[in-house]
Amino acid sequence: MSSLFGPQEWTAIFLSLRVALVATLAALPLAVWIAYVLARKSFPGRQLLNGLVHLPLVLPPVVTGYLLLVVFGQQGPIGGFLQQTFGISFAFRWTGAALAAGIMAFPLMVRAIRLGFEAVDPGLEDAALTLGASRGRVWRSVTLPLVLPGILAGSVLGFAKALGEFGATITFVAAIPGQTQTIPTAIYGLLQVPGSEPAVLRLVIVSVILAMGALLVSEWLARRMARRLGRT
Amino acid sequence: MIAVAIHKQLGDFQLDAEFVAPAGVTAIFGRSGSGKTTIVNGLAGLMRPDSGRITVGDTVLFDSAARVNLPPQKRRIGYVFQDARLFPHMTVKRNLTYGGTHDADNVIAVLGLADLLNRMPSGLSGGERQRVALGRALMCDPQILLMDEPLAALDAPRKAEILPYIERLRDEVKIPILYVTHDVSEVARLATTLVVLEAGKVNIAGPVETVLSQPEAVPLLGVRAAGAVITTKIAGRLLDDGLTELSFSGGRLLLPGMLGVLGQTVRLRIPAQDVILSKEAPTGLSALNVLPVVITRIEIGRGPGVAVGLKAGEDQLLARITRRSAQRMGLAVGQKIYAIIKATAVGPEDIGR
Repeated sequence: MSSLFGPQEWTAIFLSLRVALVATLAALPLAVWIAYVLARKSFPGRQLLNGLVHLPLVLPPVVTGYLLLVVFGQQGPIGGFLQQTFGISFAFRWTGAALAAGIMAFPLMVRAIRLGFEAVDPGLEDAALTLGASRGRVWRSVTLPLVLPGILAGSVLGFAKALGEFGATITFVAAIPGQTQTIPTAIYGLLQVPGSEPAVLRLVIVSVILAMGALLVSEWLARRMARRLGRT
Repeated sequence: MIAVAIHKQLGDFQLDAEFVAPAGVTAIFGRSGSGKTTIVNGLAGLMRPDSGRITVGDTVLFDSAARVNLPPQKRRIGYVFQDARLFPHMTVKRNLTYGGTHDADNVIAVLGLADLLNRMPSGLSGGERQRVALGRALMCDPQILLMDEPLAALDAPRKAEILPYIERLRDEVKIPILYVTHDVSEVARLATTLVVLEAGKVNIAGPVETVLSQPEAVPLLGVRAAGAVITTKIAGRLLDDGLTELSFSGGRLLLPGMLGVLGQTVRLRIPAQDVILSKEAPTGLSALNVLPVVITRIEIGRGPGVAVGLKAGEDQLLARITRRSAQRMGLAVGQKIYAIIKATAVGPEDIGR
C-alpha cells in the first residue's frame, strides 16, 4: 500500500483528513447555535448576521484568505493576541489551514442545519414545556433528536467543502509540504511540474473516494435516523 | 375555579376576555379568529398577555400588576392540542410518560391505550393520536386540562369514538376542563358552562342550559347551530317501535333508538330550527312530541328569522321560526302554545350522558 503513494502524497492525504475533520468539528457547535438563532429568533441585526455568515460563500476565496492573513496573521489583531496569550499560531501551520477550511465550510453548514431547525415544529417544544419539561430537557429530548438529520447533513457538506478548500487556504497558509499542503494544493503543485501526471491522477482518485465515502456514510446514518423517527 | 382576565393586542386584533370557569367542563365557543386559542395559550403560558390576571384556585399563574408570570413548565396545566403534537421520535409509551406517570394504569385503561404502547405516533390514526395526547396530558397530574378543538381534525366516526372518553373524563377525573370548540353539538354533550366569544370579547357566559336557550344566543351561535339543551331521564323503552321515552319537567319525549337503561340521565340538544309552534293542540300530525309551552321571549333578528324562547315546565326551549309566521300567528310573550318536536330532529351527535 505504501508503494502506491509517495511519502509526500501520504502526508497530503492525512493532512487533508485532519484539517477537514478538525475544521468541521470546531465549526459545528457555532454553526448549530447560529442556525438556531437564525431559524427561531427575530432580533435587530438578524439580516446582518445572516449576511456575515454567508460572506465566505460569495466572496472570492482569495479575498477571504487575504482577510484571514490580515486578521489572524502574526501581526494581525486576533492572530497576534492569540500568539502572545496562548501561544496559538495560525500562520503557515496546519491550524491555519483548518481555520480557513472551517470558515469556508461554515455558511454551507449553517444553511443545512438551519433547514433542519425550520423543519422542527416549535409546537412540539411548546407541548414539552406544558408537560413540565425544563428548557434544557426540551432541547435535549425534543429539539436535538429531531434536528439531528439536519446537523448530519450540514456536517457532511462542511467536511466535503473543507476537504476541497483551495483558494483561501493557499492564500492564508500557502502550501508547505507536511505543514499546510492538502490534497487540492498538492494537486495544484504537482500540475506545475512536468511528468507528474500519474501522481496527480492518484490524488484525484483519492479525492473522489473520500467524497463518495462521506456521502455514503451520511446516507446510511440518515436512513438509520429516519427509521428511529418512525418515518419510514 | 379558574378566573381569567386577558388583554392582548395582536396586530389589528384585540383580545379583551374576562370570565370565570367553575368546576366541570367550560366550553369556549366562537368562530375561528375570535381568540379562543389565544386564551388557552395565555392560560398555558405560551402567550404572554399585555395585561391581566389568571388564577387557578389559589394559584396565581399570571398577574401583570404583581409582575407574576409562571413559565409554562411550572403551571401544571395539561394541554391537548388540536394537532395532538405527539413527539414523532418516541413510542406511545415514552410520549405518555414524558411529563410523569401519575395514575398511569387508570389513564391507560380509561383511554384504551394498552394496545398502542409500543407503536410510533406515525402509525396511529387521528383518533388514537388524540387519545394518546389526552393520556399524556393527564399523566403529568395537571390541576386543569385545556383542550383546544381536540376533535376538529377528526371525521364523524372518530369523533363518536372519542367523545365517550371525554365524557368519562368529565365524570371521573375531578379537574376543571377548558374545552375550546366551534361545534355546538360538542358543547351540548360535554359542557357545564359556556363562554361565547366574539371578536376577542366574551359575549355571553353562564351555565350551558341557560346560555343555549337564550334567544340572543341565536345569532352568535349561528342560526343552524342554535338550540336548547335539556337534561332528561329515561322513563321507558318502547322495544317494538325502537323508541326511547324520556321525561323532563316539561313533559315526555319519544326519540328513536335505544338511548340507555331506565333511570339513566340523558342530555339532549333540541335544534331551534326543528321546533314547530302551534296555537292549538295539533291533531292528525306525524310528529310524536307535542309539548305545552309558554312564550317567554321573542327576539327579532336581522334576517327573516325570529327566535322564540319557550318555557316547558322548569326547562327552557328555543324555537326559530320566520318573522312572517310569528306575525301571522300573533305570537306574544306570555301566550300558552304548543311546541312540536319531530322525533328524528335530535341526532345521535346531540345526545350525551
